[in-house]
Amino acid sequence: MTVTHAEPFPGDPPVTDELVREHNLNQEEYARIRAMLGRIPTFAELGIFSALWSEHCSYKHSRPILKRFPTHGPRVLQGPGENAGVLRLGEGWAVAFKIESHNHPSAVEPYQGAATGVGGIVRDVFTMGARPIALLNSLRFGPLSDARNRYLFAGVVRGVGNYGNCVGIPTVGGEVDFAPGYSGNPLVNAMCVGLLREDDLIRSAASGVGNILMAVGSRTGRDGIHGASFASEELTQESEARRPQVQVGDPFTEKLLLEASLELIASGHIVAIQDMGAAGLTSSSAEMAARGGVGVEIDVALVPTREAGMTPYEILLSESQERMLVVARKDRVGQVREIARKWELDATPIGRVTDDGMYRVRHGSRTVVEIPGEPLVEDCPVYEPAALEDPAVVALRSARPAQLPPDLADAWRTLLDSPSIASKRWVYEQYDSTVQASTVLGPGGDAGVVAVPGTPLGLAFSTDCNSRYVRLDPFEGGKAAVAEAARNVACTGARPIGITNCLNFGSPERPEVFFQFREACRGIAEACRVLETPVTGGNVSFYNESPTGAVDPTPVIGMVGLIEDARLAVGAHFRATGDSIVVLGATAGHLGASSYWAVVLDTVAGAPPPVDLAGERRLIDFLVAAAEQSLLQSAHDLSDGGLAVGLAEACIGGPYADGPRGAKIDLRRMQNGMSAEAVFCGEDHGRVVISVSPKKRERLLELAGQSGVPAVVVGDVGEKLAKLEVVFADRTVRAGSAELRDIYYSAIPRRMDLTLAQDAAD
Amino acid sequence: MMRVAVIRFPGSNCDADTLRAARNAGADAYYVWHRDRHLQRADAVLLPGGFAFGDYLRAGAIARFSPVMAAVQAHAEAGGPVLGICNGFQVLCEAGLLPGALMRNARLTFASLPVRVRVETDDTPFTAAFERGATFMVPVAHGEGRYVAPPEVLRQLEAEDQVVLRYVGENPNGSVNDIAGVTNTERNVVGIMPHPERAADPLVGESAGAKVFESMIRRARVPLGGTR
Repeated sequence: MTVTHAEPFPGDPPVTDELVREHNLNQEEYARIRAMLGRIPTFAELGIFSALWSEHCSYKHSRPILKRFPTHGPRVLQGPGENAGVLRLGEGWAVAFKIESHNHPSAVEPYQGAATGVGGIVRDVFTMGARPIALLNSLRFGPLSDARNRYLFAGVVRGVGNYGNCVGIPTVGGEVDFAPGYSGNPLVNAMCVGLLREDDLIRSAASGVGNILMAVGSRTGRDGIHGASFASEELTQESEARRPQVQVGDPFTEKLLLEASLELIASGHIVAIQDMGAAGLTSSSAEMAARGGVGVEIDVALVPTREAGMTPYEILLSESQERMLVVARKDRVGQVREIARKWELDATPIGRVTDDGMYRVRHGSRTVVEIPGEPLVEDCPVYEPAALEDPAVVALRSARPAQLPPDLADAWRTLLDSPSIASKRWVYEQYDSTVQASTVLGPGGDAGVVAVPGTPLGLAFSTDCNSRYVRLDPFEGGKAAVAEAARNVACTGARPIGITNCLNFGSPERPEVFFQFREACRGIAEACRVLETPVTGGNVSFYNESPTGAVDPTPVIGMVGLIEDARLAVGAHFRATGDSIVVLGATAGHLGASSYWAVVLDTVAGAPPPVDLAGERRLIDFLVAAAEQSLLQSAHDLSDGGLAVGLAEACIGGPYADGPRGAKIDLRRMQNGMSAEAVFCGEDHGRVVISVSPKKRERLLELAGQSGVPAVVVGDVGEKLAKLEVVFADRTVRAGSAELRDIYYSAIPRRMDLTLAQDAAD
Repeated sequence: MMRVAVIRFPGSNCDADTLRAARNAGADAYYVWHRDRHLQRADAVLLPGGFAFGDYLRAGAIARFSPVMAAVQAHAEAGGPVLGICNGFQVLCEAGLLPGALMRNARLTFASLPVRVRVETDDTPFTAAFERGATFMVPVAHGEGRYVAPPEVLRQLEAEDQVVLRYVGENPNGSVNDIAGVTNTERNVVGIMPHPERAADPLVGESAGAKVFESMIRRARVPLGGTR
């Protein structure tokens, strides 16, 4: 055993058992630390272990499970373990992407919490050498009937928007969901996608003994100290006091940092770059050293600070935003400074790469930290806790609503008025979706599509998770999240090529939560294997618990798809009177865990629909082929609310279309003994509603037959502003397209106006 | 070939889009950094959208003090064409090169959506390729785009054919008289809130915005400097 040497910084408190507990380290972990050092750690060392061995940084409860994801494939240039995953596109182009959570900060300070979440994920992407070309976000809140939830919703949307808008990255998609399980603990997941030349790919492994560590960007302040540890505990009434731990974002500096970083990477003056994100300088420097198998030595007295008198502990753990750590070639420090200065940023040498494998921190001449580098990052204990399904969930799975079904036309309107289903126009009009002038399909459809400038290629993106399914059956729910994301991307004509995931769960130390996590991951892994969409990275967010309990299990899938010719991208909405409406996939009328039960009958119960992955695969292949042959006028995924919602959305059209369309639909052939509710509102997977011009219809049906995809012609697209008419075996349901459009587009603004009215009254 | 300077402030984020649209229209377009004092023999100057200095004080309020702005001012005073788009429009108003000001949107939130605008005059270097009265769809994306001006200025703008673009149907920000763009009395400096560079390619849905840049090229064929 090596004994390392470090001395306390003057004024630091002595390390006691109580202090260790306050740093969220248990006895076993503390014993391991003492053994590793051969002594009691200094206060600064304790802070470092607390951050790096937090759930957020160490993945100590999730690592064994995450290892089961398929992470390889012919397109994978970089899998999990880096700042972002990278997939090859062809012709020298590659796409870097990742999704990450910022749930805890957003729960106490929605605007800054969400803004800094966007900032962090953008840095993760451009530190791979990629220029960010798209943002998506996946947001979940409690019901809008509650004023606090409206405040969180409005603040998060404003924070997400203002940050991305200023940096100049279009937000082209995402999702927003509302359910009681998120009251008090909203989920804020941001995804960023960047484009790079394969040659420009850079990783975050420090290398080259004698090379110089430089801090680039903002100065280090006392904000966000222990953010990573905060994100690794449950939210309580006292969490409000954590507000000072939420960092403050500066998107203007981020834009400068983006340009400076890309220029530094292209210049060849640096060998590695990493964001000082969660756990700040500590995690960035320790991880860079461990990845490169080298040691580092940092003098924290050289780090530019916002205020005098900051201790090593504070400097190491600060999460001040918009800071980068780069490893400059030892003879290029001046050149790095020059590039930074051009972008009005500071670049300061703060340390160097060493050959002894030690993670060493000095303050002037005093060594305050000396830890063996690789064990610091790798030797955190790994847990695989007990997993046991909650018996209440087992019972729920076989339960069904007690109520009699209400009038189906009323139920239809109720579904379209549900904020989870209704248009998110109120949200996405606050996001710049057209900057970079490459947005082919913006928010409001199945997937966002952007063109890759200078090539014929297009990229499609979607984020998805139906947490009701995951809650009622985590394995099927995990599969469903991947399948739906893939289907959304394929609806535009894109072939799904890979995913990133953001796994939001409660405390892994509770068996019923760990069961959800394990099973959902098993479902994701299986779906990714069959659909050949490798997992390229992501983020685990545990401890999403508020005084009312754990959040609904929410493993969000961020899917990327590739279109060979962006001009052939297919939209979600009906386009021409007289086109045939075709439902692809098999309809079995599965109502368990459906929106119909949840929203109309107020019953979250039943088994979610099973996912047939082979069928999903055939459907995806068919959609890609049909789009390539220009057979599709429109294609829209059927998910929440089944045909009732999917058909209505395709008729209603985008918010700027000059009129919603009517349709004549006959579901009798499809009904086959099912109730009208089941055929109209059932949520069987693997289904898409498409429209096709009459002259291409036969070719399309033939291709569907050859592809093994069921296809049923159900009706025709009607005139603008005409009625929607749906014929069932025992009844006909009608609604005006203009009326449905009004319901669909006013559902969220109408509820948010309550806030404005209340503010005015205050 | 027409030389077009695209001014880059540190927080410009539509610079690349604007450069691309100008080049696609046939211009020899290049960047000029905000600290530069020379426009490198520019025939026309474009101020792109973005958040020049983060817009923390007021959009465009700091950018007007950038060294390059003296050169832009001189170019404008000599009759050279200048177009400010979105944040560029805000900068031109702050610099006194255009009348009026741009305030926070009436609804107080950022507004990103396609809008329909009408070309109210073809008598500017940036609208000459349009028919007067033509309408087209074009994205807006701004938090501070509500155009305001004192009543006597407004009267003059309307009487002297200085309103360049006007929102038709939905006015996204509460601008007075639905004004989306204006020109100065000499008609060589134009500011517009919508983003024609984002509507200049059928791939992104709309392409009429390309005519803004084609107008600039067409105008280059007649002698520059005091064209009217």
